[in-house]
Amino acid sequence: MIFGLPIISVAIWLPIVFGILVLATGDDRNAPLARILALVGSVLGFLVTIPLYTGFAHDTSEMQFVELHDWITRFNIHYHLGVDGISVLFILLTAFFTPIVVLAGWQVIEKRVAQYMASFLIMSGIMIGVFSALDAILFYVFWEAMLIPMFLIIGVWGGQNRVYAAVKFFLYTLLGSLLMLVALIYLYNQSGGSFAILDFHQTTLSMTAQILIFIAFFFAFAVKVPMFPVHTWLPDAHVEAPTGGSVVLAAIMLKVGAYGFLRFSMPITPDASHQLAGMMIALSLIAVVYIGLVALMQSDMKKLVAYSSISHMGFVTLGFFIFNEYGMEGALLQMISHGFVSGALFLCIGVLYDRMHSRNIADYGGVANTMPVFAAFFMLFAMANSGLPGTSGFVGEFMVILGAVKANFWYAFAAATTLIFGAAYTLWMYKRVIFGAVANPHVAELTDLTLREKAIFTILAITVLGMGLYPLPFSEVMHVSVNDLLVHVARSKLP
Amino acid sequence: MDLMTNLMPASAEAFMLVMVCTILIADLLIRQNGRLITYMLVQLTLLGCALITVGTHESGVVYAFNNMYVDDLMADVLKLMVYLAVSMMLVYSRQYLTVRGLFSGEFMVLALFATLGMMVMISANHFLTLYLGLELLSLSLYAMVALQRDSAIATEAAMKYFILGALASGLLLYGMSMLYGATGSLELGAVAKSIQSGAADKNLLVFGLVFVVSGLAFKLGVVPFHMWVPDVYHGAPTAMTMLIGSAPKLAAFAFASRILVEGLQPLVQHWSGMLIILAIASMAIGNLTAIAQTNLKRMFAYSTIAHMGFLLLGLLSGGIEGYGSAMFYAVIYVLMSLGAFGMIMLLSREGFEADTLNDFKGLNQRSPWLAFLMLLLMFSMAGVPPTVGFYAKFSVLNAVVQAGHIWLAVVAVLLSLIGAFYYLRIVKLMYFDAPESHAPITIGQDTALLISVNGLGILLLGLLPGTLMSVCAVAVQQSLLLH
Repeated sequence: MIFGLPIISVAIWLPIVFGILVLATGDDRNAPLARILALVGSVLGFLVTIPLYTGFAHDTSEMQFVELHDWITRFNIHYHLGVDGISVLFILLTAFFTPIVVLAGWQVIEKRVAQYMASFLIMSGIMIGVFSALDAILFYVFWEAMLIPMFLIIGVWGGQNRVYAAVKFFLYTLLGSLLMLVALIYLYNQSGGSFAILDFHQTTLSMTAQILIFIAFFFAFAVKVPMFPVHTWLPDAHVEAPTGGSVVLAAIMLKVGAYGFLRFSMPITPDASHQLAGMMIALSLIAVVYIGLVALMQSDMKKLVAYSSISHMGFVTLGFFIFNEYGMEGALLQMISHGFVSGALFLCIGVLYDRMHSRNIADYGGVANTMPVFAAFFMLFAMANSGLPGTSGFVGEFMVILGAVKANFWYAFAAATTLIFGAAYTLWMYKRVIFGAVANPHVAELTDLTLREKAIFTILAITVLGMGLYPLPFSEVMHVSVNDLLVHVARSKLP
Repeated sequence: MDLMTNLMPASAEAFMLVMVCTILIADLLIRQNGRLITYMLVQLTLLGCALITVGTHESGVVYAFNNMYVDDLMADVLKLMVYLAVSMMLVYSRQYLTVRGLFSGEFMVLALFATLGMMVMISANHFLTLYLGLELLSLSLYAMVALQRDSAIATEAAMKYFILGALASGLLLYGMSMLYGATGSLELGAVAKSIQSGAADKNLLVFGLVFVVSGLAFKLGVVPFHMWVPDVYHGAPTAMTMLIGSAPKLAAFAFASRILVEGLQPLVQHWSGMLIILAIASMAIGNLTAIAQTNLKRMFAYSTIAHMGFLLLGLLSGGIEGYGSAMFYAVIYVLMSLGAFGMIMLLSREGFEADTLNDFKGLNQRSPWLAFLMLLLMFSMAGVPPTVGFYAKFSVLNAVVQAGHIWLAVVAVLLSLIGAFYYLRIVKLMYFDAPESHAPITIGQDTALLISVNGLGILLLGLLPGTLMSVCAVAVQQSLLLH
């Protein structure tokens, strides 16, 4: 409780209320006010989530900070919120990125500023709702509501091909969600009239039902992750989204899909999860290897990082479906690390794009000469993306590979190729953009980071290094919950 | 029973009839520029009816006029919604009709007659009463569509509507006569009893049922009896389209549920199969064809067809869940459709109809508030939470799954995914595109207030849908399942 208010509800609704306030500032004459309000709202929104971490009990897998109120009594739907070791870090991650996104769009966004800032604030609240909802319908409401602001962000402030990307993003994700809705309703009828996710975990289901439910969930979550072969919306959405949109997409929205596997697919349909683990691992490895190769061939920086995200998320799903502790904890760490690193990389590209209005690698060269500070930061994040020890990117990848060796040597072998491909595509891009002689007069005119940009990158750099050198504060939170989940998944739920 | 006890359950209808006749005469004495008086009288009549309906509400089911008439909770709730919808329609269309010279006494009197027809349909417990109400509604609507005499397209629409409507009425009557022949009664309860007892000729019953369902499908506008819908929606002045597309859907729901559930419940395995075909065909053809439309009113016409298909899913699932969800769906659909047509009228001005997709281009730059409200309405129609349209779809899907038709639920969600595309396109036009016209949007304070309440209501009901859902469930439980 803070000031007598439940923390999670405050964390959800405070950004949304600020979002509405920002909207109320109206047109662009009041843009400075809108920016300041948005910054205040997002920073406050982050501060209120801190008690979730400091007050979190590490020795239990029970839900904490639980809020339970009646909502729609007719269908036994509750306003039910709570966090465990799996979800708490993502709430902090979400709240952490909102001020960064607001700052990143501070000057660049000039038209419809209030609507831009409000969209991100509202989305931040909604995403925290997704991570903390313990009622399936509440979860679904947040899950779908997320689409609306993101659709507008891509479509209004995006690049050339924004409309195509926005519609593709919306319809792809809606397809998955609707099938999930049918599965949730089916579970409601099977569980004896409850929409509580924790009740779903206890419901016995036949193998056929489990497999069908798993597939319905798979559509919803795999599209969001995104897994091969339903990943094609991501490069389009990323490339066309404004910098802030890309950051939120990569850092948080992709995690929502992976989180869904942990909260829904695996505990609700454990037998089907084991049955179909082979398929999931195969798809994950295809993402790691094949998408890694695809990333190598990109000429557009944003597209390259987008494909790199898909490849890294392949690691995450691989870690889940080998069903051991190293794999799952590694995957969760990888999700958090990828949040920081991919967010930072998109911000780096945003910095270049704001100055040159090009994302083409070929348009750059020798940026280090004109932007030395930027080059240093970019270097750190590029290294983290390729999984260099000492950065956050290493911890998760290493643990997943360790877990994969336990499961099957060849899984580990295929997964480990990412260390080579990842380094190859990231560093090759880095080399072409940053090193060499100044490529053209535009590059010669570049100015180095402003104070605002330096502040953003410093915070991110500290986090990336800190997590790489001392990951314990992150892993100790999830430890008990992950073990509990593994025990649960190992138990059969067949009638 | 003496006349007074008989009249009590029907007092709202009686009041309405008296007032319509009064207004008809009073309007003769009012000059064109004093039409506002008539308008106020009409609104007061609707308010009076609402008060009477609430005031004469009884907790049980009350029959009157030898069981030809019934007053129950479902009837009261639906009637209140009808008053609300008609009253909102009048507010939305006042300015629109005034600039087109259609804001006349006849328009308002016809609207009230249509309302009376709907009230009779909602409370009917007898084939003849049902038919009487239906014809009163239909004839008023035919005339209203034709009210714009100098518009060729409106006249054509009225003609089509009339001919096809008459055909449908014929089918319905033919079916009813079969059922009468088989069961020897026109009263819904007695028909059900007679079928239950097994005395009636099964073949004759099913033969009659086919005609009744076809007639119903015509009136609801579901595939393959939907041909009139796009033409009428498109051709009629938007105010009339709004009336056709809103309140009568509530009456049609009552009509369908009274005939099929109260009267023909024993034949459920026959009619639910027919409804499955109608529902799937409507959702498929409605949603797919809507994508190809450039005229907004036509698009909404096809979207209505798809929505009615969804509503049928609720009806065919049966039980409190099924009928309750269908009723909830009808109520929510009416609210959404009022908002959507209201928006078209708000953006129209003298000599200009904002009824093509291009007219919504860049609305966010011309009026962010209206664009936001339209965004809520569109996402609600597409069934995206946190708007109430989601709960309408959700409760129907829940009923379908509970009835064991999981495959049907999957088909329904896949088809509504197709539907999401054209609603999304409107949002896209409003937010992503540059405006084609910069004409200032002038709207009266009453309409501005109403559209805001309408749009925000969609959101608010989406956050707290529980009460309305429960009301619908209790209403159908009391009315359709007790006997």
